[in-house]
Amino acid sequence: MSTSPETIDLRALRRRQPRFSGMDPGHRACQGCGQSLAAHIVTEAAGPDVIVANATGCLEVFSTPWPQTAWRIPWIHSLFENTAALAAGIETALKQQGRPTKVLAFAGDGGTFDIGFQTLSGMIERGHNVLYVCFDNEAYMNTGVQRSSSTPHAAATTTSPAGRVRPGKRHLKKDLLAIIAAHHLPYAATATVAYPGDIKAKVRRAMAIEGPSFLMIHAPCPLGWMHGPELTIKVARAGVETGLTPIIELERGEVVSVLPIREKKPVTEYLRLQGRFRHLLGDDPVAVEERTHLQALADHNIETYGLLAREGDLRDSLSAALVRRGGAIR
Amino acid sequence: MRAAFEGSQAIARAVVRCRPQVVAAYPITPQTHIVEGIAKLVADGEADCEVVSVESEFAAASVVLGAAAAGSRAYTATASQGVLLMAEVLYNIAGMRVPLVLTCANRAVSAPINIWNDHQDAMAVRDAGWIQLFCTDNQDAIDTTIQAFRITQDTELPVMVCVDGFILTHLFEPVDLPSQEQIDMFLPPYRFSRTLDPRRPLTLGTLVGPEHYTEVRAQLHGDLEASITEILKADADWADLVGRRAGGLIKLDGPHRAKIGILTLGSVYGTLQEAARELLPGTPLRLMALRCFRPFPAEALRRAVEGLADLIVLERAIGPGAGGILATEVRAALAGLRDAPRVHGAVAGLGGRDIPLGILSRLLRLAEAAEPVRCTVIDLRSAPPARPGGAK
Repeated sequence: MSTSPETIDLRALRRRQPRFSGMDPGHRACQGCGQSLAAHIVTEAAGPDVIVANATGCLEVFSTPWPQTAWRIPWIHSLFENTAALAAGIETALKQQGRPTKVLAFAGDGGTFDIGFQTLSGMIERGHNVLYVCFDNEAYMNTGVQRSSSTPHAAATTTSPAGRVRPGKRHLKKDLLAIIAAHHLPYAATATVAYPGDIKAKVRRAMAIEGPSFLMIHAPCPLGWMHGPELTIKVARAGVETGLTPIIELERGEVVSVLPIREKKPVTEYLRLQGRFRHLLGDDPVAVEERTHLQALADHNIETYGLLAREGDLRDSLSAALVRRGGAIR
Repeated sequence: MRAAFEGSQAIARAVVRCRPQVVAAYPITPQTHIVEGIAKLVADGEADCEVVSVESEFAAASVVLGAAAAGSRAYTATASQGVLLMAEVLYNIAGMRVPLVLTCANRAVSAPINIWNDHQDAMAVRDAGWIQLFCTDNQDAIDTTIQAFRITQDTELPVMVCVDGFILTHLFEPVDLPSQEQIDMFLPPYRFSRTLDPRRPLTLGTLVGPEHYTEVRAQLHGDLEASITEILKADADWADLVGRRAGGLIKLDGPHRAKIGILTLGSVYGTLQEAARELLPGTPLRLMALRCFRPFPAEALRRAVEGLADLIVLERAIGPGAGGILATEVRAALAGLRDAPRVHGAVAGLGGRDIPLGILSRLLRLAEAAEPVRCTVIDLRSAPPARPGGAK
């Protein structure tokens, strides 16, 4: 039976599409929101047999204004700092009941690096079968762009403003991944919204693991980072290409793969796209010194993780996928 | 079966016979023996239960919240600082209407640090939205714990069972431990109306704005008040099954003609009963233990104080700068009542100070005062130091 174009019901067609989405559009995220994009990709890759524990933050607020919800999967929000423990409780209940459903925990950098850090450490140490996803937009965006321990050095936020005396945040971004790695958990990785296929591959790997896994997704916030909403992907990609955002995978704390950089760019290529670094672009000595600091941090990442593409790396930061250099988890 | 148990071990056995599926807790004196007891029973294969030893009380409350929402009967126990560290989660659990049972082994709150009994911890979270039941002895603690699992399931309101730390938790006395068959007849398998399940996806814990928040909070208040029905029904059904009540809303002892009454919370009720029997035989005196502190049973209290000229409220907690917490609530409940008794407020037994039988005559002296006594700390040994807690 043929169907004429006039009789095609687009909505019905869309409903028949096999691709699963855990999150519906129409929620209240800002234009260009990196977090909503990342959450969408994660739930798409994770599939329908999941339960999500979500921390307080933008994602919770923009997706569930009562009586509406954007979630097509079971979803629970309790508090800001207890998400890992909440997920651990759900997972324990499922295990006791013999239900195989995977538990995901969603939180921002504030809920992960700072206030929820203790419950996260406890959850990993006890070996709960939970995939914990940190959407890292490097400040408390939900409350209006205050600095977190994930905010990069010298970035301006409302509580680390750039002024005549102080050039933005005084402290370094916490090396959370190293702390997570010290738990020797089965799987931990970083990712970025610039490479959606890489996020999906990592979610699928984590889903297959029986035990705790951790995924940190670099997710630009146009409002807080002060860039145009159309630049989200470009900014995220520049983070990778400068070495400021190392994209890596760890198994039992050991690096097993990295996303190689084919053409290394200077950090100014990343900084100049964002208003939060505007004060670092001039010729005054403080700006020059802070740029030097940030370049040194990027170079340190590149050296530590071996981020520069080698001869024969077929896929890299330009061709947008991951080159595996070992490891057991497929 | 009647046998001698330490209070904590008796509670642990009662909890295990209620078939919890997830227990999470963090060690704090004097709650530890309860959770140790449960862990041992689980280790011995007497329960199909997961015990999660978490990194804080805050996590313990969060784990049992997640477990209950995912469809498992869950239980935790804590005390003192643990209750305060849990406070944010306790409010959240009640607001989310998740069924849970928590044993509070009542203990004083720091500073000064003190591990012994009073009721400051439970009082600190009295407005969290939990049902709070206070136990007078270990039989009461066992029976109330079992009833709590049914009440929480029927009302979808969490229940805190308050048991005096050390005085009850570490006391050996003979109790009747109900059999597994009896408990199974009383307590149906766990069910939760909003279980997290991918086959029926629900969104729990959403953002609620000013246009709906008031209604949600008013509903919590109304449902908590209405839970008195389930609390009484659980006790009545339990009495039908085992031939023993746990005290309903208020325990009462003494003749109807009594003109003086004493109202208290927890185990000191037994002390007062013994004091009345031993030291003042024949003196008409009405003793009352408020078993149900939340919801506050104002109607039942008004009936219980009928005919009294003086009501002395004895409590083991204090609202600094305000006075007795229970006394304040009792006065509010009796306000406007015709022929209401004069209410005198007495605080005693803070931080584990022993309340001896001799307290009774000191309490009764309050009724002789020309004006009602608002709040007096009745067992002071000396005047407070000039700089409390400060070094000279």
